[in-house]
Amino acid sequence: MIRSIQRTISSVFAVLFLISTAAQAADRHIVVASTTSTANSGLFDVILPMFTAKSGIEVRVVAVGTGQAIRLARNGDADVLFVHHKPSEEAFVADGFGIKRFDVMYNDFVLVGPSTDPSGVAKAGSLKAALDAVATGGAPFASRGDDSGTHKREKSLWSEAGITQKNTWYRETGSGMGATLNIAAGMGAYSLTDRATWLAFENKADLKILFEGDSKLFNQYGIIAVSPDKFPHVRIDDAQVFVDWVISAEGQSAIAAYKRAGEQLFFPNAKP
Amino acid sequence: MAEFGDAFGAAVGLVLSGDQELGEIVTLSIQVSFAAVALATVIGIPVAALLTVCRFPGRTIAIAALNTLMGLPPVVVGLAVYLVLSRAGPLGELGLLFTPTAMVIAQTLLITPIVAAIAHRVLEDHLVEYGEQFRAFRMNRRQQATTLAFEARFALITAVLAGFGRAVAEVGAVMIVGGNIDGVTRVMTTAIALETSKGDLALALGLGIVLLALALAANALAFAVRSLASRWADGPSEREQLR
Repeated sequence: MIRSIQRTISSVFAVLFLISTAAQAADRHIVVASTTSTANSGLFDVILPMFTAKSGIEVRVVAVGTGQAIRLARNGDADVLFVHHKPSEEAFVADGFGIKRFDVMYNDFVLVGPSTDPSGVAKAGSLKAALDAVATGGAPFASRGDDSGTHKREKSLWSEAGITQKNTWYRETGSGMGATLNIAAGMGAYSLTDRATWLAFENKADLKILFEGDSKLFNQYGIIAVSPDKFPHVRIDDAQVFVDWVISAEGQSAIAAYKRAGEQLFFPNAKP
Repeated sequence: MAEFGDAFGAAVGLVLSGDQELGEIVTLSIQVSFAAVALATVIGIPVAALLTVCRFPGRTIAIAALNTLMGLPPVVVGLAVYLVLSRAGPLGELGLLFTPTAMVIAQTLLITPIVAAIAHRVLEDHLVEYGEQFRAFRMNRRQQATTLAFEARFALITAVLAGFGRAVAEVGAVMIVGGNIDGVTRVMTTAIALETSKGDLALALGLGIVLLALALAANALAFAVRSLASRWADGPSEREQLR
């Protein structure tokens, strides 16, 4: 019995060893904390293999909301931060966690909702009028409610529009963008989404874009290498190679070339 | 409802295409869950055996605690393991976060109470049968525990299978400590969550069907091993009785 326990323990460690060596097979790798929009839209599936082929550095993406991505990086659990909420990103650098922030690309947020548009959002002439229509129309609005970049933007849009009364029509899903769109599609709710996730999303059901084009809906993405002064273990050399590539002419044209259903999802605007 | 038809199509298509990425995801799911089950068995069954044969103050509380821990929420386990393995945490130096090893640790914590609690129930039943013999042979606690576990070894497979079922199906813990990194820590359940969030419900459900098939295969294998092994174990003694 004791011997068989010993045998079992040693085989368990053999398995663990096999798994860990398999995981470390590619020893040059970096961890990028990013948002669901960059990963779920398929952008990373296209541009990261190009970077890895050129540099030999494997990029491991942890795709979570911007708020969670920043927390991961603040704990030293990522080498690069690639998110979309400029004020939080600047605070990240100012607090000494990041080396320098670079603009990478932009697209925009859009207001989506049921094609019947019960609250009459599509008729609105301005962003404020569109938000007023959602707030007074009675139909539900599905909010991310997860401290993501999109959620932070949504909250500032409401407060700028002077809408503070959020009662039964306002539903916080506490989930990612895709999960929130699934819920909005299910309950016939309005929602705010980034255009990339929207274009790549395959369960639109009855939802369509009802309001777009206001300058306040501009959505800027930024990239930051995590500071080795704060966390000596970060793979700063490889992280810097990645940041430099993303904002280089080559990385920027790879981003510009990425399309879904004929539409460009992200517009590069790095200033190297 | 068209999704269900599409899902079966997607599941069959995925398996038939011999998709390399699916192969990697399935392999990692099995590796992680098997390692976690093996560790949980090595820890859980001795604990269960000792809880069954030993009498000590607070034993009832220990058993109640074990049963309560069966309901540990995976997300809470994932979060706790994240806080420990994070670079900002006590074991951050090891650099284990976002690796399969971290997933094995989280799942082991999650399923050890399940394996131990179910094994305890199985062994209690066996103790009724063997208790008198133990007293007759004047066995000590340790001998009783090992004998009991050995005699109940085929019935204990149920406990191990329950642990495997939980490990292979949970998503909350592995999502947090593994990070669902493509090609490194993506397993069946996190892939399903990802496809759901992309709105590709048919593919998500298709992956779910593949996962179910995997669990079915594991159960069938365990059943086969159990019946073959018990026949083999009983075989010689029956022949001896006939002689």
